[in-house]
Amino acid sequence: MAKLIIKNGRVIDPATQRDETADVLIEGFHIQAVEPKIELEGARVYDAAGKIVAPGFIDLHVHLREPGLTHAETIETGARAAAAGGFTRVCCMPNTQPVNDSATVTGYILEKARQSAVVKVHPIGAITQGSKGEELAPIGTLKEAGVVAISDDGMPVMNARVMRRAMELARSFGLTVVQHCEDLHLSSGGDMHEGVASCRRGLRGIPACSEDVMVARDLLLTEVTGARYHVAHLSTKNSMAMVAFAKSRGLPVSCEVTPHHLALTDEEAAAYDSNFKMKPPLRGREDVEALLEGVADGTVDAIATDHAPHTGYQKMQEFERCPFGVIGLETAVAVVFDRLVHPGRITMMRFVELFTTGPARVFGLEAGRLAPGEAADVTILDPELEWTFDVNRSYSKSKNSPFHGRRFRGAPVATFVDGQLVWERKDG
Amino acid sequence: MVQGLLGIEELPRREIEAILDRAKDFQPAGDGSFAQFDHLRGKTVVLLFLEPSTRTRTSFEIAARRLGGDAILISGTGSSLSKGESLVDTLNTLAAMRPDAIVMRHRASGAPHFLARHLKTPIINAGDGTHEHPTQALLDARTILDHKPSLEGLRVAIIGDIEHSRVARSNIYLLSKFGVDIVLCGPAPLVPRELAEIAPGVSIEYDMRKAIRGCDVIMMLRVQLERQHEPDFPRGEYFSFYGLAPEHIELAKPDVLVMHPGPINRGREISSEVADSQRSVILNQVENGVAVRMAVLERVLG
Repeated sequence: MAKLIIKNGRVIDPATQRDETADVLIEGFHIQAVEPKIELEGARVYDAAGKIVAPGFIDLHVHLREPGLTHAETIETGARAAAAGGFTRVCCMPNTQPVNDSATVTGYILEKARQSAVVKVHPIGAITQGSKGEELAPIGTLKEAGVVAISDDGMPVMNARVMRRAMELARSFGLTVVQHCEDLHLSSGGDMHEGVASCRRGLRGIPACSEDVMVARDLLLTEVTGARYHVAHLSTKNSMAMVAFAKSRGLPVSCEVTPHHLALTDEEAAAYDSNFKMKPPLRGREDVEALLEGVADGTVDAIATDHAPHTGYQKMQEFERCPFGVIGLETAVAVVFDRLVHPGRITMMRFVELFTTGPARVFGLEAGRLAPGEAADVTILDPELEWTFDVNRSYSKSKNSPFHGRRFRGAPVATFVDGQLVWERKDG
Repeated sequence: MVQGLLGIEELPRREIEAILDRAKDFQPAGDGSFAQFDHLRGKTVVLLFLEPSTRTRTSFEIAARRLGGDAILISGTGSSLSKGESLVDTLNTLAAMRPDAIVMRHRASGAPHFLARHLKTPIINAGDGTHEHPTQALLDARTILDHKPSLEGLRVAIIGDIEHSRVARSNIYLLSKFGVDIVLCGPAPLVPRELAEIAPGVSIEYDMRKAIRGCDVIMMLRVQLERQHEPDFPRGEYFSFYGLAPEHIELAKPDVLVMHPGPINRGREISSEVADSQRSVILNQVENGVAVRMAVLERVLG
């Protein structure tokens, strides 16, 4: 079997709290050993001196657009972008065409991923049929077909009774329920965060309370049902406080935040530029600060990108007609370095945890550890690398990023999946 | 000002003053006659009106013609946009015919700003969604200055559906640059508190009588039913709380000016007595519309 040693890197493994210079021996698909010094005749060597060697990064929230919307992204291109962002596993939301509300679609995605994806792809099933919020999807069948969680992402489950039943079923099948928290009556017609900036620009607002009332409702339902509940792309200070409170009461609740919500405010969003238009919208300064604090104090379980590709012509329209969403796989790591690691708000260990054991725990994935016997999924990072993000060189089929042209310090430099080098940074 | 005119918010005060000064030259003489101008001879202005408009469109058309230029009108219905062409493609097509400027009205806030990033042709915003209507604010300022020595220190009440009003926003940005004390008034759902922070000197008052007390200018806004996607206030009681009636005029300064961007809804936001009264300068506004738009066209194209 092929042998590879990743040598001289700073190995950070949150599961064992290891943080030391060490070598990682990979044999075939698996990690064989992690020791201070490994010498082995005939093994290939990857020199990771000065780099961080971490368990393969996991993204709980991406849109790969296949089946049905392959003009914007495919499982193949999305997986390439993931690898170029240091991710070895991504969980894809069910809002494809058709919606992933059946074993057929789940099977299609898994088969397509097996054929074409350089990283591991875990489908998320729908909560309701067609994500219409009415009839429940066949949740047990979806679980058997291979989904790792259920969500109607993009379309919140507005009916509380439907949500309660979904949670009861999800609990019985051991699935996490992921909610896109947005009261559609409060947010109706909105194009950006409701605040002074929306008033100034004459755009209709999406108030923070449209997220908060849904989080509040769902946390109460979590208490009733005992389901594992996960808040997708949490964006407001009140939602953060409510999740922290629910956790303090021992409820099985978790949350993710996106890099763009950590990096940008509504005021900083370029006016009428749809590369800054997403849901939830870029919020106010106090919200961003609460998210940074939530990441630092442990309330946040994972960083997730909500990578949402849209083609150029969809984004080249009047602002109010442009679809919501931005791509994010290739900039996520750099943004978190920028906002949290370099300013000293989190340790390198916590940083790695947010992309590995943190997300793995949310969906109960057997992943995110760097130890003998584990799949050889490894992310190599250079925390000091100075680089500029050029969206035109993105692996994604779509170019809708708010970070085009942004200078960063810190980036993934290589990604291994099952012992194979699937991506390596070529440029500076 | 080669880049056209997208809004008042980013327009420096001295630019505003220059336009207002120049507009005086384009007002009719004492005997009602007009001087002849040819500053726009050989120039073509495309008027792209993708939302219904009578007065602004006509006003721009007359302004261009009085300066000796050509104005070509394209309206929403019957244009290629109604055949499914995207706005960017339509504008690129128009720009390829090399007009000297495009005057545009569009129902989406920021549509001209978005296009200005992709086109070299100067764009003049003739109203974008609920964002700005810069030439309206300029003509309103011209009208006030025809009756008052200066804008400085005036108290101006703007009353009605502020949330959905591009006229209000442009006026707020303009008046604020001149140190005007601006009071916004209307039903609470249509006057969100954040509006007080969009420019210096703005306050909010939900009691119309208090808003009007001591005012130099009262600007009434049209109730824009077409922009309200959900019922945000009980329509039946609108006039009794926010309609301008003769008794309100008593609360203001004796020489108060009553303004309205039109078209007015008699009996809905303004009573006929007030609209037709001595204090009303509504028709002066229309007249100044042409003069101010001539000044703007001259600055962009001249």
